[in-house]
Amino acid sequence: MIKVKNLAVQFGKKKVLNNINLEIPEGSVTAIVGPSGSGKTTLLRTLNLLQLPSDGSIAIDDAQIDAQHIERAKIKQIRTKSTMVFQQFNLFKNLTALENVMSPLVYNKKTKLNEARKTALAVLKDFGLEKIAAQYPVTLSGGQQQRVSIARAIVAKPKVVLFDEPTSALDPELVAGVLNAIAKLAEQDITMVIVTHEIEFARQIADQAIFVEDGEIVDQGVAKELLSTQGNGRIANFVNSLVNQGQIEVAGN
Amino acid sequence: MKFDWSYFLNLFPQLIPYIPLTILMAIAAMVLAVVLGAALTLVYLYALKPFQGLVKLYVSFFRGVPTLVLLFIIYYGLPEIFPVFKGVPATAAAIAGLGVKESAYLIEIFRAGITSVDQGQIEAGESLNFSYAKIFCNIVLPQAALNALPATGNTFVSLLKETSLAFTLGVTEIFADGKLLASASLRFFEVYVAVGLIYWFLIVLYSWAQRSVENILEAPYRRVENAIDKSEEPRSAVWKEEGLKQH
Repeated sequence: MIKVKNLAVQFGKKKVLNNINLEIPEGSVTAIVGPSGSGKTTLLRTLNLLQLPSDGSIAIDDAQIDAQHIERAKIKQIRTKSTMVFQQFNLFKNLTALENVMSPLVYNKKTKLNEARKTALAVLKDFGLEKIAAQYPVTLSGGQQQRVSIARAIVAKPKVVLFDEPTSALDPELVAGVLNAIAKLAEQDITMVIVTHEIEFARQIADQAIFVEDGEIVDQGVAKELLSTQGNGRIANFVNSLVNQGQIEVAGN
Repeated sequence: MKFDWSYFLNLFPQLIPYIPLTILMAIAAMVLAVVLGAALTLVYLYALKPFQGLVKLYVSFFRGVPTLVLLFIIYYGLPEIFPVFKGVPATAAAIAGLGVKESAYLIEIFRAGITSVDQGQIEAGESLNFSYAKIFCNIVLPQAALNALPATGNTFVSLLKETSLAFTLGVTEIFADGKLLASASLRFFEVYVAVGLIYWFLIVLYSWAQRSVENILEAPYRRVENAIDKSEEPRSAVWKEEGLKQH
């Protein structure tokens, strides 16, 4: 269970997030949507403490951090529970796909190399990536890189995986493979928080949807109801505007 | 006076025995420069402000003082103030002087190498909960080393040539031997051309070795089109066609 209370983030004098209160049940999928520059990515980065909060608190199960008492040990505690998948993949360029996936096991859990290799290979296989295990990131397509980065994120079995616009940097024809990989995770007992512009995907996969605008949560509820053109809230207007601009197609309306 | 080919060719067997000393001085000074440079780069990047200021002063001073002056300060000057340095061999003084001087250049090169590593690499490491040390040693350093390698190689090339200044401290290396031979025969042109060719040859050899090392280290970062396996990527498939689990 993720609990966020009165969270605020400030860049200098500018408040980027304000008064964020959030509860994300264990094993659920939450989609964060909203216009560009609304603070979605900052919210996600703050959940992983890549961005430190200026106010409020974040708790994942028994690990908790308060903006007034930020300590390295507490940051590490939160990060043992959660990890992040980045828009730009951020695979370690000097390691092969396999070594990338092995790295959390070897560097954190001190798993023996042989064991780590076996586990990492099994996860790569799950994602249909065993053939490219020995390749370096630069030789992989964007879709493959993102799937390797998802494999790297889940190999150490974190409770929470945070996805920051995982398909935004991909060519359209590569998006499907990555979304399938994420959908596969949604069937497991992993709590997922996804910042995405893939509204239809979010509608199908997410339990809960959150609409962020100007650094605040302005709408929140069941994904299937909220992420539709037929609702009443701010979020429905947003989805409608995307449909009208021809940016997305939303099924079931 | 004509160019004396036979004298010229006979110079090489006399000069070549001094190559090992030149190479030894260059390598020893480079090791010193790399160790000092790496340690001070870490201070410059990660230590408290006052220490960073001291490193900036170090870089400024040792880049600003001519190498010859620095060698004289170390070999002739230091023993006057600190008697413990009396009797230090000239070769050691030359190595120390060249090493310290080049370390100042390497600090700038290493700093640029480290800061040019993509911030996303560090964030990925942090997100995966790696310790700072693990991120630095396993992710940043290998990538930074590759970034810094060409410029570090250039530093070694200039260091190799600057070992010729050690003759001013009385070290008999290639250049000093050439000077002795030239004084004896008064055939300055032949001798110094021969000396120059030997330095050139050493540097060509080193440059070739460095290129080979760079080629090996760069392999992971080279995009080879043929290596991209697109067979697994659905061409135009849409995820919703693939029967996602409905929630």
